[in-house]
Amino acid sequence: MSTIAPERTGVTTGRTEVTTDRTEVTTKRSGATTQAIEESQSVRLAPNYWPFVVPALVVVSAVIVFPWAFTLWMSVNRWTLGQSRSFAGMENYLRLASDPRFWESLVHTLTYTSLSVAAPMFLGTVAALIFDARFPLRGLLRGVFVMPMMATPVAVALVWTMMFHPQLGVLNYLLSLVGIPAQEWIFNANTVIPSLVAVETWQWTPLVMLIVLGGLASVPREPFESAEIDGANAWQQFRYLTLPMIAPFLMIALIIRTIDALKSFDIIYAMTQGGPGTASETINIYLYNTAFSYYDIGYGSAMAVVFFIVIVALSFILLMLRQRSQWNDAEGK
Amino acid sequence: MSSRLVNQIGLFFAALVIVSPAILFFLWMISLSLKFEIDNGAYPPILIPERFAWSNYVKVFEENNFLLYLWNSVLVTGTATLLALLIGVPAGYGIARLKAEKSAVVIMIARMTPGLSYLIPLFLLFQWIGILGTLWPQIIIHLVVTVPIVVWVMIGYFETTPMELEEAANIDGASSWQVFRLVALPIAKPGIVVAFILSVIFSWNNFVFGVVLASRETRTLPVAVYNMLSYEQVSWGPLAAAALVVTLPVLVLTMFAQKQIVAGLTAGAVKGG
Repeated sequence: MSTIAPERTGVTTGRTEVTTDRTEVTTKRSGATTQAIEESQSVRLAPNYWPFVVPALVVVSAVIVFPWAFTLWMSVNRWTLGQSRSFAGMENYLRLASDPRFWESLVHTLTYTSLSVAAPMFLGTVAALIFDARFPLRGLLRGVFVMPMMATPVAVALVWTMMFHPQLGVLNYLLSLVGIPAQEWIFNANTVIPSLVAVETWQWTPLVMLIVLGGLASVPREPFESAEIDGANAWQQFRYLTLPMIAPFLMIALIIRTIDALKSFDIIYAMTQGGPGTASETINIYLYNTAFSYYDIGYGSAMAVVFFIVIVALSFILLMLRQRSQWNDAEGK
Repeated sequence: MSSRLVNQIGLFFAALVIVSPAILFFLWMISLSLKFEIDNGAYPPILIPERFAWSNYVKVFEENNFLLYLWNSVLVTGTATLLALLIGVPAGYGIARLKAEKSAVVIMIARMTPGLSYLIPLFLLFQWIGILGTLWPQIIIHLVVTVPIVVWVMIGYFETTPMELEEAANIDGASSWQVFRLVALPIAKPGIVVAFILSVIFSWNNFVFGVVLASRETRTLPVAVYNMLSYEQVSWGPLAAAALVVTLPVLVLTMFAQKQIVAGLTAGAVKGG
């Protein structure tokens, strides 16, 4: 179990390729004869690994592929549960394009997502830089720091709702101590999204921290020593050495955070159900209401398809960016 | 030497500041769950009350059928995790050995897909088959969460286990099933532990599937605690106690298996891009 010490994970994963390369090199060096023998053996005895994958493939197609095919089909039908179904063509999609509530929810989703990516990214990186250093009680504090992301979101949301209470909530009391007037938090249309983002940030900053910490563990020490000799200050070392080296990890954190924030459901639903009014209704919440409050599953399916396209498109853009950052990284070496 | 000490103390306090939102939140959660209504409504707020309201916890179990919902949660999470291990561990092995990197894309897409888009079709399917009143719909749909986690962690793990032993066994005439069962699997035990823990946590915490699929008798704990909020007059003590009961198993697991969880999450995440 000690082989997978947390700090080292990044290193191990990062270096896997290197090790494989080395093995290949040694094989080649050990002479043409051995290589020939090994090759012929691997051809003759090549084990069949497909049977291992088949059960998972069956389950995946049953619980993932089938629902997708079915969703696509439902999305081109006029279909409210309890009523008869009829073919509708692209009607649901056209309705979506002219549905102001959908556009509003898209804006909410993008606002919510950009804020709940930016804040955890910044705080998570700062936290990782702190936890990368050695200091007393480091392990214990890191353990506590990780707890929010493991806690059950609904339970967390309930307690936050009590803390946000305008009259009895502890947060307004804390604000009053530093002379800030009481806020209405999630009970006011103007502050509901930032308040929810605060909860999301509280919960998911640890994940960014863990990913960046993995990156920091793989950073070599030597460049910093020579930078020190050359008289670079701490900020310069961070800006020109640390940051470029952990850039791939920051990209991964960015992609994962973006996907998760777009999909966020539990916290928003448990705390506001999209309210007050529709002030915090993201696509995911609107989708839920359409399908399971109004039972309009044809329209809901069309929304699910568009929502999925939005997620894939955004992730794809970020993946492209990541590919480029890795490219630059490789060229730099 | 002394400047290093100052440095360490500075870092400790910086860490304390950044951890404090987590510490304060959980302290306040415990405080809420142990106070009577009068104390919970007091202004200024009271952190440590004079009398502890242990009765809040008793109420949770007596009045809300929580033992049943706890049992439901155990059944759903347990079965979904065991099934996921049963099919996910061999799959992770197969994918790692086939070097089928493309299959990682499938798992990535599974991660991108919002849970709700599985729910509409599967909800209809379960209705047609007529199993909506049982726990099976939730167990089946939780596989959407658990299988990708297990496969993901296991691919990462089997990629780092040495091939030499397996090749030797293979040359000695062992079938690929024997190689897997007798050589690869024993080495992979720590990886399986990681996959198990992560799968349990994310299945246990899941809310959206239960809120749609669960009936009064088949609720899991997250749904039950949410329903307390909507049906009862909101009294904070029992509500906070219920929230703590729901999340306590996961938090305890996090404390004891911190290393494995961190390893699994970062491995998955780092590979994840």
